[in-house]
This record gives sequence, C-alpha cells and structure tokens, in this order.
Amino acid sequence: MAADAHGQMGVQQPGLGNDLKGIRCLSAIAQRGTLMRYMMLVYTQENQNATPEEMARVYNGHLAVQQETKRRGIFRAAEPLQTTASATTIRVQDGKVLVTDGPFAETKEQLAGYYILDCADLDEALEWAAKIPSACGGATGCIEVRPIRPVPGPPQPGSK
Amino acid sequence: MSELRSAIEQVFRRESGRIIAGLIRVSQSFDLAEEAMQDAFASALSDWEKKGIPENPAAWINLVARRKLVDYARRNRTQRDNQDQLLYETGQRATAEPESNSGNGCEEMEFQDDRLRLIFTCCHPALNIEAQVGLTLHTLGGLATREIARAFLVAEPTLAQRLVRAKRKIREARIPYEVPAEAALPERLAAVQAVIYLVFNEGYSATAGDSLVRRELCAEAIRLARTLHELLPREPETLGLLALMLLHDSRRDARVNGGGELVPLEEQDRSLWHSEQIEEGLYLVEKALCSGSAGPYQLQAAIAAVHAEAKTAAETDWRQIVELYGLLARRNRSPVVALNHAVAMAMAVGYEQGLEEIHRLGASGALDSYYLYHAARADLLRRLLRKEEALAAYDRALCLTANAVERRYLRRRIAELNM
Repeated sequence: MAADAHGQMGVQQPGLGNDLKGIRCLSAIAQRGTLMRYMMLVYTQENQNATPEEMARVYNGHLAVQQETKRRGIFRAAEPLQTTASATTIRVQDGKVLVTDGPFAETKEQLAGYYILDCADLDEALEWAAKIPSACGGATGCIEVRPIRPVPGPPQPGSK
Repeated sequence: MSELRSAIEQVFRRESGRIIAGLIRVSQSFDLAEEAMQDAFASALSDWEKKGIPENPAAWINLVARRKLVDYARRNRTQRDNQDQLLYETGQRATAEPESNSGNGCEEMEFQDDRLRLIFTCCHPALNIEAQVGLTLHTLGGLATREIARAFLVAEPTLAQRLVRAKRKIREARIPYEVPAEAALPERLAAVQAVIYLVFNEGYSATAGDSLVRRELCAEAIRLARTLHELLPREPETLGLLALMLLHDSRRDARVNGGGELVPLEEQDRSLWHSEQIEEGLYLVEKALCSGSAGPYQLQAAIAAVHAEAKTAAETDWRQIVELYGLLARRNRSPVVALNHAVAMAMAVGYEQGLEEIHRLGASGALDSYYLYHAARADLLRRLLRKEEALAAYDRALCLTANAVERRYLRRRIAELNM
C-alpha cells in the first residue's frame, strides 16, 4: 500500500506539474495514513479508599475511552496492573540473578495500567490521554504519554 | 563584498523565519530545512557576487533551498523511507520559476500558514519552556545559537544541545506541524504569548549580560508579537502584549543610569522615553481594549499607558492605575499584582492607607519571605519618614534577593537613609 503511494508520488506527471494543490492533497493523504503508536502509562496513588460511586465513575471513564477508541479503530491494548505490593524486581548482575520484593523505584504515584493507541500525532494522543481517568479516592494521578519506537528489521551488514 | 555580506545578513534576519517555515513543512524535518536554508544562503554569497542581488532575494533563497531539499532526497534515495515521499512534493514545486512565486497571493497565504504552524510547534507545551524559547528565537527569529546563548548566559554547547533535544522530541513524539484545533487554540495561543513575553523580560530585566544582546531580545520579542498579530489579527491579548512591550521598551534609555543602576520610574528622565513607541503603544492599547473583555496583557499595557501619558511623575493618574490593578487582581491572584495594587493605592490615596493594605496582605505571614513585600513596605515607610522601620525593612529585603541590580538599588536606599 505504502509502496504504491510512493511510486505515484515519484512519477513526474507533466499534467500535474503545476497543480500543486493536487500534489499537496496526495501527500496529506499519505501522511494521514501513517499513524504513530503511543503508550499511555497511567500513574495513580495506590491504596486510596475510594467510595463505590467513585470506583464506578473511574470504571465508566475507562470504558468510555476504550469503546470510543475501538469504534475508531485506533485501540491497540489497555490493561490494569495489580498494585505494587505484588511487584517483584529482578536484576542480573555479573551473571547472578538478584530478586527483590517491591517495585523498581518507590514513587509518590505508581504505575497502575497502560493504554496503547494509534494516533496521528502527539496532539491527538494528548487528547485521548486527557480522557483516561487517573485520579481515585481524592488523590491525584497522571498519565505519561510516550511514543512507541518502531523497531526496524535486524541491522543489515554494510549499512550504518 | 562586505556590502553583499551585510545585504545577505539582512535578508536572513528579515526573511529566514518565513523561508524555514515552508521548508519545514515540505521536508517534515527541522534539520533538513535548516541545512537547506543554510546551503541556499551560502550559494547566494557566490551567486549574487557574480550576478548581483536578485529583485526578490527571499524568493531566490526559497527556491534554491527547495532545490537543495530535492538534492538531499536524491542523495538518500537508496535508503529512503516512507517519510521521504514528502520530498517529492518539493521536486514538483521547485520546477516552478521564482517569478511565479512572487506576487502570487496564494503563495503568500501559504507562507503565513507555515509561519503560524512554526510558531505553534516551537511553543508546544510538550517542550520545556527553555526549549520553546530557544527554538522560537532560533528558527523564527533567525538568531544564531551563539547569540541566544549569550543572551541567556548559558554556554553555547548547552544551548545547542537544548535545541537538538527539542528537535528530536518534535520528531520522535511527533509534535504536529499544525495550527491547533479551535478548541485548543486559546490555551495554545496563551503559551505562545507567554514565550514572547518571557523573551522580552529576559531582555528587559537588567541583570548581568551583554546589554546589546539584551536590547536585541526586546526588539525580537516585539517583532514576534507583530508577526503573531499579523497572522491571527483578531486576538486582543496579542495586541495588548505588543502594546505592553512597546510601552516598556520606550523607557529603555531612561531606566538605567550611566553607572548601570536601575532608575525607578518616578526618577526617570522622561525626555529620554521614545515617543514613537509610546504613540504606537497607546494606539494599540486603545484598539485592544475596544475589542472586548480586557485580559491581563491588555490591563498591564493600560497601566503602562497611564504612566506613559504622564508628563511628570507627579502628574501620574494613580486613581486610574488603582482601578486597573483592581481588575488585574481579580483575574490574577499573584502576590506581585496585589502588592502593586497596594502601592498604587498608597500613591493615589495616601501612604498610610497603602501601608495598611500591604500589612493586611502580609498578615497571614505568607509573604514574609518575599523580597517585594519588604521592598514595598520599606519604600512607603521611607516616604512616611519612619526611618528606623524603613531601614529594617530594606535590610530584610536585601537578605531575600540575590539579584545584583536589585541589591544595588536597595543598598543605595539604605545609604541615603543613613546619611
């Protein structure tokens, strides 16, 4: 698909030479076609005593974002995590495996779940992120938005 | 030769922001765009020497830079990826002759859109504020990294690194090269205005550093505000910001004395104020205030306008200033505004009342470690001839600021009181 678009753009079409608008449209379509994958890391304060009403509100908030992004075909994944009380960290040092209880780092807010969405650009990703509930039980929370790095094939010999 | 060089430098300072804005759109890359533009300016140096300066230098640079982009695309053809298909667009565009670009209304519109995109990308809140400022001055203002580094008192490699990181984030996180959607526009526009005002204040606050560069920063901030107003004319706060900066900048020659000391407003030699800037500032404030509800920049500009209209410090219409600070305080609960409001009251109604108001503000103790609180108190106590209390307040203020210019001013007041 992308290769077809590529070929079309590359061909010098005499009739189209000065029709800049047409070309711009093509390129805009080509660009819109490439979406970027973003991960939204949901940080909240664990162990907050939320009321059932609040929990229902948070649940419905997540449901709404997931339904809407699925409807638009940009939803890739979303899952909640068990609390950091269940976390175990391992570290391999000098060939030895070191296992410790607890998360990698003690922080004020803890990673509680994630979303993966396909978005046109950061602005769209931020728009969705703003809709994901991150606060619960009167505490604050936040969402970290990170682009997912596309992994190319294994390095070819001779290329840099 | 040097004449040619300065002509090219002028084109660069005036036009590089416009040119690079379009190049970034077609190449989708800040780095490629910059490289192409620099190459084009380098070509200009040799070409214009032989053939003379073209009628429309900016169009010439633009065309040559776009051809360079095509060259880069060819160079990379073997390893091109999907993104490079955008470069083909450049190939099509660059076949047009420069004449067809000049005087074409469509093309002009496009330039404007591109510059607006560039402003919003450079001032995107996903970039840290230092990066926003650096990127705006560098790409839109055409300032060299060396100049920006000097103005902000950071090492050049530090600043260069900052720009590299910002451009990398734009690319990797895909910060869009677009004017924000209507819903997000007010917030994003405020961010752009904040960057421009920060640039101005950096130039205006007389801390250390090269004074010429600082003056240049003020001029650049004013230029950026003009551009923003030209591109989005229906925004009264942009006009307010422009007016505010013009009115402050008009006092630049009067606010520092020969010894590099800050001269307070009431002691300034008003004949040194620049009247053209004042006239324009006054005109713009009025225009902005007529067009709707007054935002913080407009209110601050209006306050600066009242000062500008007073022929002598004694003729200042303090009652009007009290009113304006009152409006500003309602929107902005910052202690600086509240203190200024109290000081204006002191000047309008009486020092005693002003001092009472300041003490009321400080009653909670929240302002106790705040330099301006003690400086304002000290000033009113001095005017009330309560020498010992004034000295104590000046001492307290002196303990709370590290700013060399402020410290020199406070020491001068202390010395005067001790005489």
